[in-house]
Formats: sequence, C-alpha cells, structure tokens
Amino acid sequence: MMGHDVGEKVCNSLTMIAYRPLINEKVRARVERLELPFGEHGIDPYGAGKEELAFGFSIIEILYKYYFWVESRGLENIPARGRVMLVGNHSGGIAIDGLMVLATCFFELEPPRLAQSMVDKFLVKIPTFGALSTRMGQFPGLPEHASRLLEDERMLLVFPEGARGTAKLAHEADELVRFGSGFMRLALETKAPIVPFGFVGAGEALPTVANLYQLGRLLGVPYLPITRYLLPIPKPTIFQLGFGEPIRFEGTGRESEDELEPMVEEVKSAIRELIREGRAIREAKQDEEGES
Amino acid sequence: MKILITGISGKLGQRAASKFASRGDEVIGIDRRPWAEAPPGVEVHQTDIRKRAAEDVFRAFEPEVVVHMATVTHISQQSEDRYRINLQGTRAIVDHCHRYGVKQLIFVGRHTYYGAAPDSPLYHSEDEPPLGIHSFPELADLVAADLYAGSALWRFPQIDTAVLRIVYTLGPGRHGTLANYLRGPRVPTVLGFDPLFQFMHEFDVANAIAAAVDAKIRGVYNVAGPAPMPLSAIIREAGRQPMPVPDAMMHITLGRFGMPFLPKGAIDHLKYPIVVDASAFKRATGFQHSYDESETIRAFVEAE
Repeated sequence: MMGHDVGEKVCNSLTMIAYRPLINEKVRARVERLELPFGEHGIDPYGAGKEELAFGFSIIEILYKYYFWVESRGLENIPARGRVMLVGNHSGGIAIDGLMVLATCFFELEPPRLAQSMVDKFLVKIPTFGALSTRMGQFPGLPEHASRLLEDERMLLVFPEGARGTAKLAHEADELVRFGSGFMRLALETKAPIVPFGFVGAGEALPTVANLYQLGRLLGVPYLPITRYLLPIPKPTIFQLGFGEPIRFEGTGRESEDELEPMVEEVKSAIRELIREGRAIREAKQDEEGES
Repeated sequence: MKILITGISGKLGQRAASKFASRGDEVIGIDRRPWAEAPPGVEVHQTDIRKRAAEDVFRAFEPEVVVHMATVTHISQQSEDRYRINLQGTRAIVDHCHRYGVKQLIFVGRHTYYGAAPDSPLYHSEDEPPLGIHSFPELADLVAADLYAGSALWRFPQIDTAVLRIVYTLGPGRHGTLANYLRGPRVPTVLGFDPLFQFMHEFDVANAIAAAVDAKIRGVYNVAGPAPMPLSAIIREAGRQPMPVPDAMMHITLGRFGMPFLPKGAIDHLKYPIVVDASAFKRATGFQHSYDESETIRAFVEAE
C-alpha cells in the first residue's frame, strides 16, 4: 500500500497534473543513487521526496541541457560525501545560477549529490512552488536549518551576497558585493570545508537594467528585475562554472567580525579568481566565434 | 509508586493510568468527566482541578508523582472556561505539588507550542520561543500553561518538573486534534501546500510518560516517535480523500460542506510544518517508539 504508489499520489497533490510522463527514467535512476536517508515512503527526514526530486530534476534537465549550457571545471574539488559548503557569487536577477549549480551537482558528480540551498522566505509562501522546493531539499534560509544539514553531512549551497547579489545590474554582474559573515561562522562552528565557486554568464542571461523594488513588494517579492527587453525571462546562455579547492578554516564561530574578515576575504578572493578564469574562457570563446 | 493523574478520563489519561496500574503503581485520578470502565484499583475523583476537593485528594493520597494532563485541547471549545482550566488549573496543580511534598511533576504539553510559520525551522529544539501566537491566538493559553509549568523548575527546585511537548497522537482512541481533523471521508487541505506532520501512537505516548517518570527527568523535552510524514500521505493512508481548497477560500469552507471546523489560525498548521527534535528526550529516558507511522494510522482506521 505504501511506497511508490503513495509517493506518486503525494507528489500529485502538489503538482496537480499528471506529471509522471514528464519524468525521465534516467533522472529517476540518478535520484536512486543520491546518498540520502530516504525512509519507507521515499521521503528523507527533512521531507525531500524521491518522486518530487525525479520530477523536478527532469524539468531542470531541460533547462540545464537544452536551454542553457554549463561548462563546468574543478568538479573533482567537491567531496563525494560528507559535509561541505559550496560558496559562490550570485547574479542574474532570478537565481538561475543557483539552479545551474544544483543541476551540475546532480548531473555531473558521481555519485550525484543534492545541493541544498537556503531559499528566501517569500518563495516558501507561494503555493505548490514553495512546497515543491521543500520537497526537493531547498529549505527556508534559517541558521538552524543550515547547521543541522551540515551536522547531517549534507552539502549546502550558499550565496553570501544574498538578494544583494541577484539584484546586480548587467554591467556589474561579475563584481562581488558585500559578503555576510554568517556563512563563515557556520563553517567554523560545524567544521565544514568551503568549496568556492565562480559563476559567469548569469548577467548576460538576464541583463538587468533596473530593479523595481516597490512594485516587487506589491507582488510579494524582494524586487522585480527589468531587462533590456523588459521581461525578466533569461535568454539561452552558456555559463562557465568553476569550483576551487576546498578551504578549511580553524575557529569556533564565536570570533569577532574583525577576526572573521580576513577569512571571508580569502573566500572572496578565491571566488574572484574563479570568476576571472571563467570570464577569460568565455571571452576566448567569443573571440573565436567572432573570427570564424 | 503513588501516581496522581489529572485529566485521567481523557483518552490519553486512561492510557497512562492503565499503563501505570498494570505495572503495579498506585494510581488515582482527578477529572470532571467520569471514567466508567476504570480498571480495578484506579480511583477517579470527579471534580475540577481548581476546586477544594482536588486539593483534598493531594492531602489524603500524598502522591509522589503527578502527571498533569488536564488541559483542554479541543480547538472548537472557545470559551473563557478553557483559558481558566489551562492556566488556573496548571497553577493550582503546581501549588499543590509544592504544598503536599510531591517529588515529581510531569506536565503533558503539545508540540504545537512552537507554532507553524513559513520561517519556522524543521526540528525545533526545546530552547526555541513559540512563534505562532500572533497568528493563532487560540493557542495562547496552552503556550502560557507550558511556560508556567516550566517556571516550577526555578520556583520549586525540590520538585523534579518535566514539561513534555508531545507531537500529535493517533490510535484506536480516535481522540485528539489530528484524529478530529481526519474524522470525515474528505479532509480539507490548503491547495499547493503539504507540510510534514509528526504523530505517534497513543500507546507510545503512555510509554513515553512512564519513561519520563522512571528516568526522573527535569526540564523541557520534545517527545516524538516515527519520522514525520507529508499530510497528504497521512490522509491517503487513512483511506480519506484530501480536498485541496485555495487558501483564500479556506475560511468559508471550514465547518461547512461536511468539513471539520478549524479556527482561522489553524490554517497555517495545514501549510507549514511543526517538526520537533526529540533526541534529548530519547537520550535522557532511553525511550523508543514501538509503533511506526503505518501501524499508527492503521490502528486509528481499524478502530472505526
């Protein structure tokens, strides 16, 4: 009575469509290889469900492989198991970068790993969407969640720039804005290694020229990005995603902001370097295309 | 051991009383309601815990342990009476425990203390403040009673006080918030939401209370059994049909069309999870649940 069948019905009560034909069986097979403690109903202790992951990643696969393209490098820097924080730059208006990192970890790593990001509270309130993201292991960004997930040897995806990062305008997309220090305290407290990453191309995918904050607030989102072509819809783009070597820091997490600053700066400069590399690859390619 | 149980005639009170009586404890109970089939040896005093007669029970029986379960849960019961029972009742019990030399006090509270909100974390730990009072004022008296009982820890340090925040219960007794909610063939849910729900078998609740008494724990503890389950899976497992209703329509649907009545604040509990971390309790008492989620739901369904 339980198991597959209930999983389908449960997922169905969220999607409200006959979603099963949309699932790619290869994606489902990868979900089976995720090293997460799924219980008898195919649900892990945080509510991430196999069925929803198979459905979600089947949809993400279309974006990841056919609409966008991600050129990734340094994947060997991501540990195959155990606690780890992926920390990188944020840009491109609507967090496509997060989605692409999620997809890269799921489709390229062997065995696949689930990156768990900390989503904004407003997303959780959206019917279906919020519940589906929770079922895909993406939880509201709370310090309690973050440390619990790391203690459980999960992989956390962190954008220390937060919404300040996605709100970057097109011409400043590769620059870094202020990093919060919360991620560093978390890494010190849980003794989790930090794998820095640099993501290039999100600014081109969604070239934001302005952000409407007041209209956004009316719609219940932090801001509404306006692009050169008005709509906040990303263009098909090739992204460059580079992961750096894991960095381990020694400390307790109770350090003062001044003590944390050089550590945060170390991560920031690693990310800056990865962005620079990615940018160079991107420009070399564009030159090539220009010549041919 | 001499054990006094307040609220003994409730389904959980009966389970706990039977558990203690069956292992040879001396059990006495206080309740406004009668318990006709009380097992032999279990004495039930039909009175209000705030009345003089209740104090007389303390004086005459001299209990070593008090298990306080006489708090009103029915969210449908919206009266000042409920507020008074939950708060004044708890106050009277704590005072009597102090005055009549009770060694151990167990307050049986609820995990709904933490409240449900979009920004509430999964796996609440005991140090977290309640979140949902502003959106669910009907819970305020239970939250206050929980905190008041906890204050006995510093007011009367000679009493080993334990506040238990227990998850929803389900089982053959078919009683309690979750059982009432699952009563009908169609169960309202909020369209596009499907939170994790945590529940345990009523026999396991009785066992957990007994474990708390045996281990003489002090402090505040979350009590849970099996892993949490999505609400819609519970509804289907119980052979019911979920009826998704858009959030905005929820308040006009409830209590009509054969749907159960729920106060407005309860809607958040159908949208966002309340999941507690019960590891501290398990470490302190060695408690392990004996009914998993499927067995618990089956016990509820088969008692129909």
